[in-house]
Amino acid sequence: MKTIKHIFALVAFTIFAVACSKDDPIVVNQEEVITTLTLTLTPESGNIITLRSYDLDGSDGPNPPVISISGSLAANTTYIGSVEVLNETESPAEDVTIEVIDEGEEHQFFYTFTNSIGTVAYTDTDNDENPIGVTFTLTTAAAGSGDLTVTLIHEPAKSAADVKSGSITNAGGETDVEATFSLTVQ
Amino acid sequence: MIKKICFCVLVSCIFTTTIAQNCQFSFNGKISDFHDDSPIIGASIQIEGENKFATTDFDGFFEFQNICAGKYTLIVNHVACETKRVRFNVTENTFKEISLEHHIEDLEEVIVTSTNKTTSNTIQSTKIDRKTIDEFSGESLGDALKNVSGVSSLNTGNTIVKPIINGLHSSRIIVMANGVRLQDQDWGIEHAPNIDINNADRITVIKGTNSLEFGGDAIGGVIVLEPTKYFLKDRIYGKTILGLQSNGKGGNLHTNIVKTTEKGWFYNGKATLKRFGDFHSPNYNLTNTGLNSEAFSLLTGVKKFEKGFTVDYSFINNKIGIFRASHIGNIDDLVTAINSKQPQIIENFSYDIVSPRQEIKHHIFKVDYYQRFKNSGKLEVQYDFQKNERFEFDVRVGDDKNKAAIDLNLKTHAISANFNFDSNSNKTYKVGFKGVYQNNFANPETGVRRLIPDYDKFDAGFFAIGNFILNLKTTFNVGLRYDFNYINAKKFYIKTRWIERGYDTQFNDLIIGDFNTQWLVNPTFRFHNLSASAGIHHYFNDKTAVLFNYGLSSRAPNASELFSDGLHHSAARIELGNLAMQQEVSHRVSATYAYKTSKTKISVEAFFNTIQNFIYLAPIGTEQTIRGAFPVWNYKKTNANLFGFDFTWQQKLNEAFSFSNKSSLIYGYETKNKRDLIDIPAPNFRNSLQYKNENWHQLGVRLESEFVLQQNNFPDNNFSTFLPSQKTIAFVDISSTPKSYHLLNLQTDVVFHLSKKTDLHISATISNLLNINYRDYLNRIRFFADDLGRNYALQLKINY
Repeated sequence: MKTIKHIFALVAFTIFAVACSKDDPIVVNQEEVITTLTLTLTPESGNIITLRSYDLDGSDGPNPPVISISGSLAANTTYIGSVEVLNETESPAEDVTIEVIDEGEEHQFFYTFTNSIGTVAYTDTDNDENPIGVTFTLTTAAAGSGDLTVTLIHEPAKSAADVKSGSITNAGGETDVEATFSLTVQ
Repeated sequence: MIKKICFCVLVSCIFTTTIAQNCQFSFNGKISDFHDDSPIIGASIQIEGENKFATTDFDGFFEFQNICAGKYTLIVNHVACETKRVRFNVTENTFKEISLEHHIEDLEEVIVTSTNKTTSNTIQSTKIDRKTIDEFSGESLGDALKNVSGVSSLNTGNTIVKPIINGLHSSRIIVMANGVRLQDQDWGIEHAPNIDINNADRITVIKGTNSLEFGGDAIGGVIVLEPTKYFLKDRIYGKTILGLQSNGKGGNLHTNIVKTTEKGWFYNGKATLKRFGDFHSPNYNLTNTGLNSEAFSLLTGVKKFEKGFTVDYSFINNKIGIFRASHIGNIDDLVTAINSKQPQIIENFSYDIVSPRQEIKHHIFKVDYYQRFKNSGKLEVQYDFQKNERFEFDVRVGDDKNKAAIDLNLKTHAISANFNFDSNSNKTYKVGFKGVYQNNFANPETGVRRLIPDYDKFDAGFFAIGNFILNLKTTFNVGLRYDFNYINAKKFYIKTRWIERGYDTQFNDLIIGDFNTQWLVNPTFRFHNLSASAGIHHYFNDKTAVLFNYGLSSRAPNASELFSDGLHHSAARIELGNLAMQQEVSHRVSATYAYKTSKTKISVEAFFNTIQNFIYLAPIGTEQTIRGAFPVWNYKKTNANLFGFDFTWQQKLNEAFSFSNKSSLIYGYETKNKRDLIDIPAPNFRNSLQYKNENWHQLGVRLESEFVLQQNNFPDNNFSTFLPSQKTIAFVDISSTPKSYHLLNLQTDVVFHLSKKTDLHISATISNLLNINYRDYLNRIRFFADDLGRNYALQLKINY
């Protein structure tokens, strides 16, 4: 009696289990991935400088971003700057900068220096007349060395103290990109 | 009544063997409460027609000496109960447990049933009765279990409470809810059991592995929630509990209605509602810590002595806020949070539950059937289905704001059958089989890479347990179980992660698809697990008893330990599993010394548990990404030893006052690296002083002290990391433990008899009486905020 029940149960179970095979799962490509941040600094005369942070495996992958800096900056010089963010996991690469500008009220780039090697002034605005930071001017100080950290914040509190002038301290929001470049000014 | 006598006669028949005239037998027994096995004290027992009387002692035991073989009728008498008769048959030295239906709370008439189960228990177990469960009606299972010495909890705030038994938690603990093994993604540290505590009539905590009928992988222990027992009687009864509390400005409402019939049918409906807003610590509001919970269950069936069945459906829907300030972006935020003495985000009180939050729905459907076979035993068969839907909402921006970051759907079908050969009460055997099919579906709509992949899992288990009453004083128990697990998963790995994990040298043959930056892989696992148990219980005399047991158990790694890979958004950390994980194998030896007199009850439990391939999650540093640095938590394996003592002492000081102490000490370390284990509960001591006045509305007053020491044995996983926004290298103290703390709680309760059938219980409780600031090592929000401040709670309970 008992054995029969066991066998019956086992058979029912097996039939049920076999009936449940499935197709392959759908791949999830992380949304709003940014793999590449490129800063282009153009002086009135002299070499154009590019700063690049490239992380093909994004925020989930183990590899750290690859930082490349094309050269050193000239002292006491004003550069016209622009920033570009790309998603290079897609082909052709998706230019996320366009989305950042379209949703300008929800984004802002911040440029933070160590050792006071330079300053940045925003030259663009969103629909609320607040800065986005895709274009800017960068003015170097006297010769020296230090770091520039570029941060793209999603949903910053643009009305908070000093945020419009470029201070990240009170910005809040969520970090989409954070890249640090070690610069030499000479 | 006739039925009951017939029932008893039937029981007696089972025992009947050859009768010889011999007057040297002893007849011992125990009278206990049918509901919770608590001893009934001071019951008088008379053998009808003979001038022999006995009275039960503090533990419900009674004894007759020099009994002749033959048939007798026992007359059991107890205050507030009608006189009842039980027939029995003496052919040898006999021990009998008689359960009295003695719950004044729900049944005014007493029913005597006779059972042939042994009282000697060879496993370390502790019971929580319904009175205590009702006290915790508005809280969680994990909170109530802390009443058991050696049980603590791993918290995420105060609404997500995961039980820890002797230092072990998550997949190492089996939760049995009404005969169903709960399958609710218990692997995660922030995944508490999805169960309404009000569904249980009694809870048993079994420490260690010696309960093989539930599973072979319970290295930590088993929590058994037992359902209400029904009686063959035409009646309708119920209870309603209303709780209100100041902290969280909320409350809970529970109603339970039962209808039973003389023919054996029963119908039971239960519903529970909980609503809480933000809780608060002594100094500030804990933003987004509210809870909304709805649960109900419907149950029907027939219960007769020979056969019966149950159909049961239960559902719980929890919406649980996760402390807002515990959401961190990247490592900068974590350092800021740890170094700051108070939360980064404090908003005004609100009932709103925003992100981060969990939304969990859990369904359990069960049918079971049993039949007794004369002179052999009882067959039980069961099918159950569970569906667990889990959503974790992270703080997301833009279009994804209201989209879950984790969306898992776990379905489990289980069938089981077992047979209990109990015709000879001195030698009982139980054999059983269980088959489980489980499917996990991780919804890709989240737009977040899956932390846990899609998988199918099959389990099959067989067990055999023997229980032997060697003599009046000694019981021996032995069991063996085999389990087979098969896991078939389909998972995407980022190619660089595949290499970083070293899988390219071991597992490249698992790759079945190339998706640009990701591989689709199809890992399959087969695990053969053997578990065994042996225990012996011995009474030295009527006061002293000892218990020794040994348990071997094997646990296959869970989905999280094998497959975790990627950013766990709600925890802002990268969690990494390992495909090469092997099963944990535990050897546990334990001993219990128990001493009981009418005034004193002492229990000392000791255990030593050595675990091969012990799997744990610990921080290992940071990983730099284009979004900044994130802390990385890695599943590691090691060989670990845990040992400890659990101590319980209950002392009656006089008629009115009693005192109790529950203490537990535990130490856990890695044998190879000579390092302490992470997340081991600190030494803790619970003392309480209780006043009881039976003459004035059963007035009770209890002052409780809860003293938790600082955990000094912890592994140092601290690391340093560069913080670009602060331009410094910061030291991340992720390991140091909070200071010791001492809480006082005051509780008082009274009972009013409103009518013959209606009781009103009123209780008032103040917890954290002195409103002290404290943080607990085993609360994940300890990095961010203090624990709960003072709380005033009022509970009304009506039995009708």
